[in-house]
Amino acid sequence: MAYYASVLDLIGNTPLVEVSALSPNPDVRILAKLEGQNPGGSIKDRIALSMVEEAEKDGTLKAGQTLIEPSSGNTGIGLAMVCRLKGYRLKIVLPANVSIERRQLLEVWGAEIIESPGDEGSNGAVRMAGAVAEQHPEYAFLYQYGNQANPKAHYEGTGPEIWRDCQEVTHFVAGLGTSGTLLGVGRFLKERNPAVQLWAIEPPTGEMVDGLRNLDDGYIPPIFLDNDGSDLLDRKTMVGTRESIEWTRRLTDVGVFGGISSGAVMAGAARCASSISAGVVVIVVADGGWKYLSTGAWTGDLDAVTERARHTIYF
Amino acid sequence: MVGKTVRITSDQVNISLEGSVPVEVRLPTVLRQHASGRSSVSASGSTVGEVLQDLVQTFPSMAGQVVTPDGTLHKFVNVYRNDDDVRYLERLDTKVSDTDVITILPAVAGGTGPARR
Repeated sequence: MAYYASVLDLIGNTPLVEVSALSPNPDVRILAKLEGQNPGGSIKDRIALSMVEEAEKDGTLKAGQTLIEPSSGNTGIGLAMVCRLKGYRLKIVLPANVSIERRQLLEVWGAEIIESPGDEGSNGAVRMAGAVAEQHPEYAFLYQYGNQANPKAHYEGTGPEIWRDCQEVTHFVAGLGTSGTLLGVGRFLKERNPAVQLWAIEPPTGEMVDGLRNLDDGYIPPIFLDNDGSDLLDRKTMVGTRESIEWTRRLTDVGVFGGISSGAVMAGAARCASSISAGVVVIVVADGGWKYLSTGAWTGDLDAVTERARHTIYF
Repeated sequence: MVGKTVRITSDQVNISLEGSVPVEVRLPTVLRQHASGRSSVSASGSTVGEVLQDLVQTFPSMAGQVVTPDGTLHKFVNVYRNDDDVRYLERLDTKVSDTDVITILPAVAGGTGPARR
């Protein structure tokens, strides 16, 4: 093909590259799927397009309508790009403590930013977007945490691409946010080979949960419950901020310039590789490092960078 | 414990032969009110379930907060042995050793806020 008709046609079909030089176990290969290669810069381009096109199909989204969505960054950026190309207006509820580049990119694509309290993290953004959507029934609220088009994008795109490129996969390791990637890819891979193991990597939730007054204020994404997430996952493990940054740096040794969540996922893959005798681990590098340069993650003093990242949303 | 010399001191004599050990339990803010404001306490057991039972024995007002009356983990609570969510290990039957740290956290949406480590 000589050229593509639209930038939207460039979403997906991301490359899988071997990063086994970082594997702590010589009998375990590690392959990284570089989602930063998507035109909007992250894996979230996939669900942005999928959610918008599903909503167009079922009639919940009409020409020129305004959308509202909670996002700590990447979904917002992907949606902002898709909405710009398709002529929708977009309002993003964004926690105050995301990196400056995430905010700037939303502005590049013309999204309006509504700020939610930083200390409430993504929970606060979800809550506020829900409240605004309720006050404005004229807005379309696609709600990535509860939209089946989110895991579907991975079941129909990311998963089949991994299977096409590497049928030897034994373990799939990815970050857990909305849970869409793990549910969609996981279900697809397990249908092809039930022995494939799914590892979910979480950032430390830390002081963000200090705002909760009651355990019943907790939150589980509806898509996680609807898709029997706890039956599907095989392991869920937390990776700390410092370790995430260390592995984000190590990824550059093999030429991978990923965001800080990639370091967390790579750290999880290394733990996974150490815990098995042999296998092929596929990881998701959800975005590139560009949006995190202001954090000094690669070049700054590790203690100082870790301390700074503790106050920034990077997942 | 095989191959390891274990010195039993007077405050450890209550350790049962079934492998009950004292472990550090880290509490989220929402539970600290039940433990005189402490963020970290000690509780004993050979499994996560026993440790949580011991925790409730020490701090009775925590009853029903982490483990429901029917004996399962509260829906919005995640319990970790070191870094691993015990729901994906052996749940409440997950074994503990004295070097393990048990962390109790409320379930929240993805994306991190100001983090402790």
